[in-house]
Amino acid sequence: MLDFALQGLYQVFLPGHFLLLVIGVVMGIIFGALPGLTATMGLALLVPFTFTMSPAAGLIMLAGIYVGAMYGDAIPAILINTPGTPAAIATTFDGFPLSQKGMAQHGLVAAAVASAFGSLMANIVLVLAAPPLAIVSLKFGPPEYFWLGIFGLTIISTLSTGSVIKGFLAGSVGMLLSAVGMAEIGGDIRLTFGFPELQGGIELIVALIGFFCLPEILSSVIGKRRAAYTEKPVKPSLSVIWEVIKSLLRKPGLMLRSAGIGTVVGFAPGAGGNIASMVSYNEAVRWDKNPEEFGKGTIKGVAASEAANSAMAPGSLIPLLTLGIPGSPPAAVILGALMLHGMRPGAELFSTYANVTFSFMMGLLVAAFLVTTIGCLGSVVFSRIINIPSRYLAPAIIFMTVLGSYSIRNNMLDVWIMFVFGVIGYVSSKLKFHPAPIVLGLILGPFVEEGLVQSMLAGQAAGSTFNYLIFRPISGVLICLCVLALLWPIYAKWRSRQKQEIVTCKMSIEKTEGQNEK
Amino acid sequence: MKRTLIMILALSCVVVFTGPAMAGQFPSKAITYQIPFGPGGQSDLEARRQQPLLEKALGVKVIVQYKPGGGGSIGWATLIKQKADGYFISGINIPHIVLQPLARGNAGYETDQLKPIALFQATPIGLAVLKDSQINSLEDLIAEAKKNPGAITCGGSGTWSGHHIAHLQFGKMAGIKMTYIPSKGAAKSVAAFLGGHVKALWANSNDLVQHADKIKVLGFGTKAPFANMPDVPTFESKGYKLYASIDRGAGAPPGTPDDIVKVLEKAFLEIASNPDVIKQMRKDGFVPLAMGAKASKEYIMKKIPEWEPVVKEFKK
Repeated sequence: MLDFALQGLYQVFLPGHFLLLVIGVVMGIIFGALPGLTATMGLALLVPFTFTMSPAAGLIMLAGIYVGAMYGDAIPAILINTPGTPAAIATTFDGFPLSQKGMAQHGLVAAAVASAFGSLMANIVLVLAAPPLAIVSLKFGPPEYFWLGIFGLTIISTLSTGSVIKGFLAGSVGMLLSAVGMAEIGGDIRLTFGFPELQGGIELIVALIGFFCLPEILSSVIGKRRAAYTEKPVKPSLSVIWEVIKSLLRKPGLMLRSAGIGTVVGFAPGAGGNIASMVSYNEAVRWDKNPEEFGKGTIKGVAASEAANSAMAPGSLIPLLTLGIPGSPPAAVILGALMLHGMRPGAELFSTYANVTFSFMMGLLVAAFLVTTIGCLGSVVFSRIINIPSRYLAPAIIFMTVLGSYSIRNNMLDVWIMFVFGVIGYVSSKLKFHPAPIVLGLILGPFVEEGLVQSMLAGQAAGSTFNYLIFRPISGVLICLCVLALLWPIYAKWRSRQKQEIVTCKMSIEKTEGQNEK
Repeated sequence: MKRTLIMILALSCVVVFTGPAMAGQFPSKAITYQIPFGPGGQSDLEARRQQPLLEKALGVKVIVQYKPGGGGSIGWATLIKQKADGYFISGINIPHIVLQPLARGNAGYETDQLKPIALFQATPIGLAVLKDSQINSLEDLIAEAKKNPGAITCGGSGTWSGHHIAHLQFGKMAGIKMTYIPSKGAAKSVAAFLGGHVKALWANSNDLVQHADKIKVLGFGTKAPFANMPDVPTFESKGYKLYASIDRGAGAPPGTPDDIVKVLEKAFLEIASNPDVIKQMRKDGFVPLAMGAKASKEYIMKKIPEWEPVVKEFKK
């Protein structure tokens, strides 16, 4: 296998191929960074061009786009609180506060380094252990997806910093919104109020732009009229790059865990990267010594999210390359490209076409390094965007949001939905509702529904829905995780109270000692 | 007065003379080819394969545009509102365009509003079980289903979709009851099937070909045996008149002039009979079609009376 890997590397570093890879990475970053353009679209646009190329060249370029896009979505997330793709939602939680502190460059570098690390780790797993992991991935059935979704929803208790009730309320609104349109299971038309246009449901990206981006713009121009988009201007310098890399290298636990979560969520087909970054962010908060730093701008939060969503990409290729089951929409396009070149996923890819397959995998690997380089050096330029005065930046961003929400489905209705959500988001942010639980509900609603309805159908066929949902090994583990996640806030409270008690005890002891000395 | 008369005359001359001339020149500007699904799906890949060939045949740019949502209905509802000048066409999929108006009441369009240009690809639907299954034939499956009504779970993609309707039709014809478990999209249903979460699977021929080494296909909804798997019986040969397939083609807005449709039809059929395209389709498990506008229309309209009673019976 080492032969194949070296052969693949050789292919990637052929001048022509390497150039394609660089072009791919840059294109991917652009597609990822512009909300409304997705990695999937970037890949699909390129598929016709890859016909004329050799399979290796075409796939190397696709690898570049995929990896580039996984980083690109972090740029608007950090700078203007707009995730470029749904996978970067969790990046906004700490990325945007960092920008507001004048540390946008720190965020961008952390995202680039973490992205590259995540994709590196996941690629190593992909190269070494794809076939056995693919078998594990098949063990995920409807009940497992249902419990994975429920576990995802427990994140709300972390996300809602103020009141947990408000968080769950917002989460239910999100789930309700996700029910708009045609039920994929059952085919019923729900909550469209008689408009056939609404049968397509609410597009996630449109909701993201509405809930995350617009409220920020509105609050930057309404009321006190901030002259700049963020409170402090950013002063980029090259020394920041080294500083951030060093401090991330000191956190191997955080990086490994985030990459691991991304890989696992990626290879369970259908789970997708949207959840990976949220789960990873949640665990980063849970295991950190100073959880109160999160949400206020720490590179740890950015790194946790980005390492996971970039690790998800190679993760989703595991079931694709070994079984021909795409774990994410971009993977589906790659499957199409493979088929059009006459290659069928499965054992053949690792024997007959091993050359091409390994060129592709090595392409992913090298692309990760390119992303670090481009991301780190680019951060000096990108981060200056937020120094542009609000009166120029706000209209420009609004223009982009309209373009983005229209282009995702070529649907004008989406633009109106985006504006409505923007106003709702602005009002609710004044009422101290964070938009994240709404969006989480919107993402996980269909996921939980599909798992539950399928489990109920299969359970009835098998005799008992209850048994079918619960008595399965992976389900059991997931249920335990859900229960632990729900009990964790109580434990955390108890621990912090104990800590406080110890501190007050110590203080009173010191006090009495002091008095005794007198 | 005289001047206005001359103007009107001149204008009508322009209209009269440019009318047919425009049709003769069609197309003279870029054509938008709408895909009513997201990027990366089979419809998209087919359009991407055609795109350069269409541009060559028509001599103008072809722009592929996505309009996903509602299982295609949003895109088709958009198509019928476009100008009927041939510069906006859309991919059409059967049975979607027939079943959606039947099952939903208001899908935003009616089947007969879509003007077919050509059908160029079919994917017969088959019923499969895993290789290590006890069931070896349709007879085994039916016997098993009769013993335990409802206990056999069949996966498939979507509700009121080609897979769902085939499941309902087959159950009715064979007088058995099985449980249909829909998934969002074929990839997920295949994953659930390979993981053993359903006992049988309704799937498109290309997916069955792709996973041929892990499965046993019990039957295909075709008239003649499916070329890639000639040993698999058709449902017809076992006595069930079940013809199930997903067919892909292109359509134009209602009222598009026939001479314009003819130009597009010619281009699509030319690509459909390109030997390279045919070879590639066959290899991946598709059945190449080259059905013209008139034949496509007849084929589509014939499906309505076939499926209407089934939808009515099972839709509460």
